[in-house]
Amino acid sequence: MTKFGIGQGVPRWEDPRLLRGGGQYSDDLNQPGQAHGFVLRSPHAHAIIRSIDTRAAIAAPGVLSVHTGADIVAAGYGSVPCLVAREKADGTPMFTPPNLPLREGRVRYVGDYVAFVVAESHDMARDAAELIEVDYEPLPSVTATKDTLRDGAQDVWDEAPGNVCFVFEQGDAALVDTAIQSAHHVTTLDLDISRVAVAPMEPRACIGEYDQFAERYTLYTGTQGPHLVRQVIAEPMLRVPQNRLRVVSKDMGGAFGMRSGPYCENLLCLHAAKELGRPVKWVGDRAEHFMADDQARDNISTIELALDEHGKFLALRVKTVANLGAYLTMFGPHSSTNNLGTLAGTYTTSAIFTHVTGVFSNTPSTGPYRGAGRPEAAYVLERTIDTAAAELGIDPAELRRRNYIPESALPYQTGLVFNYDSGQFEKNMDTALTMSDYAGFEVRRDTAKADGKLRGIGISNVIEQAAGGFPEWAEIRFDPSGTVTVVMGTHNHGQGHETVFRQMLADRLGLEFEQIYYQQGDSDHGMAGTGTFGSRSSGVGGASLMMAADKIIDKARQMASHHLEAAEDDIAFTDGVFTVAGTDKSTTLIECAKLLQNFMTAPPDMDVGLNEWASWRPPAPTYPNGCHIAEVEIDPQTGVLKIANYVAVDDVGTVLNPLLLDGQLHGGIAQGAGQIMMENVIWDRESGQLNTGSFMDYVMPRADNLPNFQSAVNEDAPSPTNPMGIKGAGEAGCVGAMPALMNAIVDAMRPAGVRTLDMPATPHRIWQALQGGDAT
Amino acid sequence: MTDVKRIGRDERVRVTCTVNGKRQSGFAEPRTLLSDFLRHELYLYGTHVGCEHGVCGACTVTLNGRLARSCMTFAVQAEGAAIGTVEGLSDAGTLNALQRAFTEFGALQCGFCTAGILISATHFLAKVPNPTEEDVRAMLSGHLCRCTGYEGMVRAILSVAESSS
Repeated sequence: MTKFGIGQGVPRWEDPRLLRGGGQYSDDLNQPGQAHGFVLRSPHAHAIIRSIDTRAAIAAPGVLSVHTGADIVAAGYGSVPCLVAREKADGTPMFTPPNLPLREGRVRYVGDYVAFVVAESHDMARDAAELIEVDYEPLPSVTATKDTLRDGAQDVWDEAPGNVCFVFEQGDAALVDTAIQSAHHVTTLDLDISRVAVAPMEPRACIGEYDQFAERYTLYTGTQGPHLVRQVIAEPMLRVPQNRLRVVSKDMGGAFGMRSGPYCENLLCLHAAKELGRPVKWVGDRAEHFMADDQARDNISTIELALDEHGKFLALRVKTVANLGAYLTMFGPHSSTNNLGTLAGTYTTSAIFTHVTGVFSNTPSTGPYRGAGRPEAAYVLERTIDTAAAELGIDPAELRRRNYIPESALPYQTGLVFNYDSGQFEKNMDTALTMSDYAGFEVRRDTAKADGKLRGIGISNVIEQAAGGFPEWAEIRFDPSGTVTVVMGTHNHGQGHETVFRQMLADRLGLEFEQIYYQQGDSDHGMAGTGTFGSRSSGVGGASLMMAADKIIDKARQMASHHLEAAEDDIAFTDGVFTVAGTDKSTTLIECAKLLQNFMTAPPDMDVGLNEWASWRPPAPTYPNGCHIAEVEIDPQTGVLKIANYVAVDDVGTVLNPLLLDGQLHGGIAQGAGQIMMENVIWDRESGQLNTGSFMDYVMPRADNLPNFQSAVNEDAPSPTNPMGIKGAGEAGCVGAMPALMNAIVDAMRPAGVRTLDMPATPHRIWQALQGGDAT
Repeated sequence: MTDVKRIGRDERVRVTCTVNGKRQSGFAEPRTLLSDFLRHELYLYGTHVGCEHGVCGACTVTLNGRLARSCMTFAVQAEGAAIGTVEGLSDAGTLNALQRAFTEFGALQCGFCTAGILISATHFLAKVPNPTEEDVRAMLSGHLCRCTGYEGMVRAILSVAESSS
């Protein structure tokens, strides 16, 4: 057993580098001779560009080139492709807006791409951009989701009248209609899920490079999937084969889904680099992040939950309007349509129907963000269950208990899409109820009341789909000295995979961490890769790594058989050592690697070298699940909200490293809490101007807003769909936190006559709701 | 009244200061921020820029013993000053007690906000050697972290305080 095997809370291998200032984030990279680009952005939410005069900018000191939409069209580039195809109500394909990196003729949100200036320095480029004269004809705009479908709302695209991009339905509408009509009770609820900025701490940046002799581009930028980004930039956008583009991603200061795909600046830098014969660097600032980077969530739903007289869920109908922004980026409709199975929850509800209308607005694109549709669906379901519990006078824990999918029923095809492979849903809730002292809550509520405070408790049972679909690749290469290089197709940027994959490999091959060199993030190094998103890296990347490791063992065993002069079947492999059964004859994996790497010692009937790769394609997704319970206290005088207690019980399958798992769960809960308590991107409804353009206006959770979270894991129901029983942990915290917290907040306010409240539950909105006012 | 040195808008002037105990110099325009000067003139990329408006705290350094947002300080203001950055916290190849605690308690994930937080926490522990959890959270509230939920940092800082008291 190596000292850092699977299941141990090993501190991260990457930490010393990051703690000593040795990270290599995108703006830490520079190329000799690089020039600097700056994007001139639209000051209007919606406007016709009558003309652009770039003469003064081109003449400005240090300016090398100025590019406009016309140049990009003339160069023949393609749009940022949208990989998720959906249809309109009439069954014809949805309208996919042109998404070239600079706009021609019209801009469609504040921050939209107008021109790109390249100069000797960033300041020179920015100064010159101010000299560009754009003649705009402002048009009316529409930004708020609830306004997009109104009669007379401004069309964002002439090609999409009424602002409808697609209509997507899942489930059996007729079955649900029948069940709702004849139900004992129907709970109806309208919920508004706010728009959030992803706000990783590192702003985006990139460098584009072009080698005129090899006729080959290189893009340096932080991305969750270098191979995927190469694929969607090379042929669709640059119109070159994939081997003419290299994508390199080093350290990244957070991504959370936002850096899954390409951004317009990537192509702008590559284009300008080719034109100028110099590398071109672009570094975005925080204001640009709030204006133009992909944002997330943002939908409104009407929900109906039908129950029988015993509180059994009969049917669920959800109608959602999802705000896509003005353009569709790589994953476009993914979040609003691909994770709806979470609406089934951990319950036996047999009839579920959901209808999603994707709409355009004069806002930046929405894309994946921690959970990507999972927290939204969980929120819709679990908020409605609490509302039903209150209406029927049934305890929320008891109502859930009456509807659980029992462990004995697994595997279980739910009423909507998901087919659960494993899970102990009721046990998770029981553990959480104990940890949160649910039974003692009424006493705490009374104590708070005596103190003039409102106290509430909220449960959410959550389940999500993870680690399905896309394959992943891993390579293991030994060198002649017997040390190892492992190359992964996933991308670690804070999760700790650099450590976890070392743990897996150390465990399987009996190596020490120091013997392993880990590589990722370079499309020239890794053979192939999909990337890190959807809680998939440990499960899918880990499985491919284990398959490659098994190939290594097989080949090395053959070498050992030669070396030890014994039959392969008689040789056992344990902790890095091959031993002939019943003898003291043994050799190590590393010795076998050395022998195989040397053509003089490798047996003639074997290929020289010990290098293997493997790909693994998940046969089915996994279903991480759990129960979160939040307890909050509100000061009705001020509306100030305090999280008094937070308990999370999560089943993420096999735990690889409890220290890192804690980090993933806590971070996810913090992000969910941020959205519920404070975060909200707002545009002025009339002008379409962005009101939340800085960290002064867009509020994120700080250390004094959050309590210590208590967490526990259930490892008794590992996933049977991948070799290690992993389910995935990246998104679970966020999925659980949103409904648990809002259920607790509404529970606290219910005695004051509040039935529901929309996020963010800021003191102002809480106070207004307590006064019986409209909390807007 | 101190003498005010007039510098032209695009004029680059030499700025000399002591960084992590070492005398360093580089060039800056009047508008060059200290954060950009440290990173792109002195190649000290450990100091990170997260917002350029003084809210996120990633760029925090010490300037003559006091904490400063290097994105809200001009490079020319650092003339003759003593600056402390993350690169100066520990000797090559080693971690100091606070850095060790950060790794032990999982106080960092992507690592981008970490440099500023280490600088603030070091300064804080020197002034408040026996802090309560509330003190630590109040100090940390000058920083934004998107990954961790802060809990690992709180525990790491408290553990360092405990072991040195």
